[in-house]
Amino acid sequence: MGAKLILSMDGLVLKEITLTKERTTIGRKPHNDIQIDNLAVSGEHAVIVTILNDSFLEDLGSTNGTLVNGQPIKKHFLQSNDVVELGKYKLKYINDQGAKGASPLDFEKTMVLRPGATPKPAEAPISKPGISQTVPTMPASPPPPPTLSTTQPNAKPLATSQAVPTAGTSHQTVHVSASQPISTTQPMSTSQAVATGKVAAIQILSGASAGREMELTKALTTLGKPGVQVAVITKRPQGYFITHVEGANFPMVNGRLLDAQAHPLSDHDIVELAGVKMEFFYKT
Amino acid sequence: MNLSQALEIASCTDPGIVRSHNEDSVAADAAKGLVVLADGMGGYNAGEVASGMATTVITTELQHLLEETPPYKLEPASGTPYAEKLMREQIAKANTSIYQAAQSQPQYSGMGTTLVAAVFYDNKVTVAHIGDSRLYRLRGEAFEQLTRDHSLLQEQIDSGMITPEQAKFSQNKNLVTRALGIDPTVEPEIHCHATQLGDVYLLCSDGLNDMVSDEDIGMTLQTLSANLRLAAQQLVQMANDNGGRDNVSVILVRVVRDYAAPKGWLSRFVSWLR
Repeated sequence: MGAKLILSMDGLVLKEITLTKERTTIGRKPHNDIQIDNLAVSGEHAVIVTILNDSFLEDLGSTNGTLVNGQPIKKHFLQSNDVVELGKYKLKYINDQGAKGASPLDFEKTMVLRPGATPKPAEAPISKPGISQTVPTMPASPPPPPTLSTTQPNAKPLATSQAVPTAGTSHQTVHVSASQPISTTQPMSTSQAVATGKVAAIQILSGASAGREMELTKALTTLGKPGVQVAVITKRPQGYFITHVEGANFPMVNGRLLDAQAHPLSDHDIVELAGVKMEFFYKT
Repeated sequence: MNLSQALEIASCTDPGIVRSHNEDSVAADAAKGLVVLADGMGGYNAGEVASGMATTVITTELQHLLEETPPYKLEPASGTPYAEKLMREQIAKANTSIYQAAQSQPQYSGMGTTLVAAVFYDNKVTVAHIGDSRLYRLRGEAFEQLTRDHSLLQEQIDSGMITPEQAKFSQNKNLVTRALGIDPTVEPEIHCHATQLGDVYLLCSDGLNDMVSDEDIGMTLQTLSANLRLAAQQLVQMANDNGGRDNVSVILVRVVRDYAAPKGWLSRFVSWLR
């Protein structure tokens, strides 16, 4: 199933159009694939280029312009639930690939695009030239088809939602040494690790930095002196873990020496490394 | 020349959270300075077969050939190091093996694999790739992708149709334009890069870079480069913690010593004559 457009005016749905062609033209003149017979719409107003599962909207130098989500655009990579505006008409773009049809697994599997198999939805029925999907002018439109209610705005394909990049980085470095105060070197992370669970912190109990507290908000926080002894605390969906990184000595947790494996941290665990004691605890 | 003192190598491969099969395959030989990673595709277990064939054929043949021919020696015909010729030939051989297996056995029909392979020699690395498996380099603070995917998405980025920022939201991530074993012949893309002491090279399947942003990958390498094994495990874990929707494989190579080719008076004299 391909992506589709839902044409509406003043909140009244006029038509649903499935994007099956490589080029779907929109304009006032009758030869357009989507004809909108309104003077605010230019003869050849805009075009939507569809390549497999992605669609791109381009304004063809229209008199009154094309808006997407309220912003004027020249060219735009359409995302599901984008609202395209031409004059008083609205076109909502729905692309629920992956959520429907083939299972997301099959959908995401790597496939080879053979030379010759051009990225066109060529197998889809292409409407004959000359026969356009003419949209009648208001108010002679049919009532909204009941099938429309099934397209939930949140039916975003998994493939997109999980691939949203995390803003910022998810690392920080804490140098713990007798002479050096704690320094954090990286900006806050917005990765999913932060969104889940409680935030923990470590408080230095001994040495020159005693009393200092450090929130563990990043995916990785290194502790210790590079070249001497370093451990890393990783923040994961299931909690915090400490792992030895480098140095001849391994860190201790509650007086027990760790091995090379990641060790889960519990509230009020006492970590000792490079001669410095610190307490791990969850912030309330 | 044995490079095991010059190169530190760690690798990790995991089926991920969602898939039951691991269709990725990795191989490494520190002594020969050789690393190979393949991400297979095809029904049932055909993907594993294709990627396994690719890494096995290329690794075993190159191990043998690198013994016979020093990779830094220049090939008279092209003036390029032998490493390039050897890789090109062995990739062609792997392609033929996979293609023929796919043609002759119905259960393997249509199988193929991506590939990224690197040979380290003479303070250089020659990298060959096909499809969307990648090579990255961490040099000091700079984390860079050295390979360019053979994918529909990359072509769209190159043609200016879509920005790299928008590409993260594309639904066409999974389409590669080149793969090993799909056609009777395949053209690998081969480049040579000079290496520096302290460089960390990352070979990975798309299961890593689709799930973890380049920025996070780079920071992880920087933070954990003192412990390469841990860094490799951490990268796989991050991909899985972010959803692990695909198989994820990484190979890390760190340059810990100079490994210039031996230059005796004779070879210096010969190169002076050239």
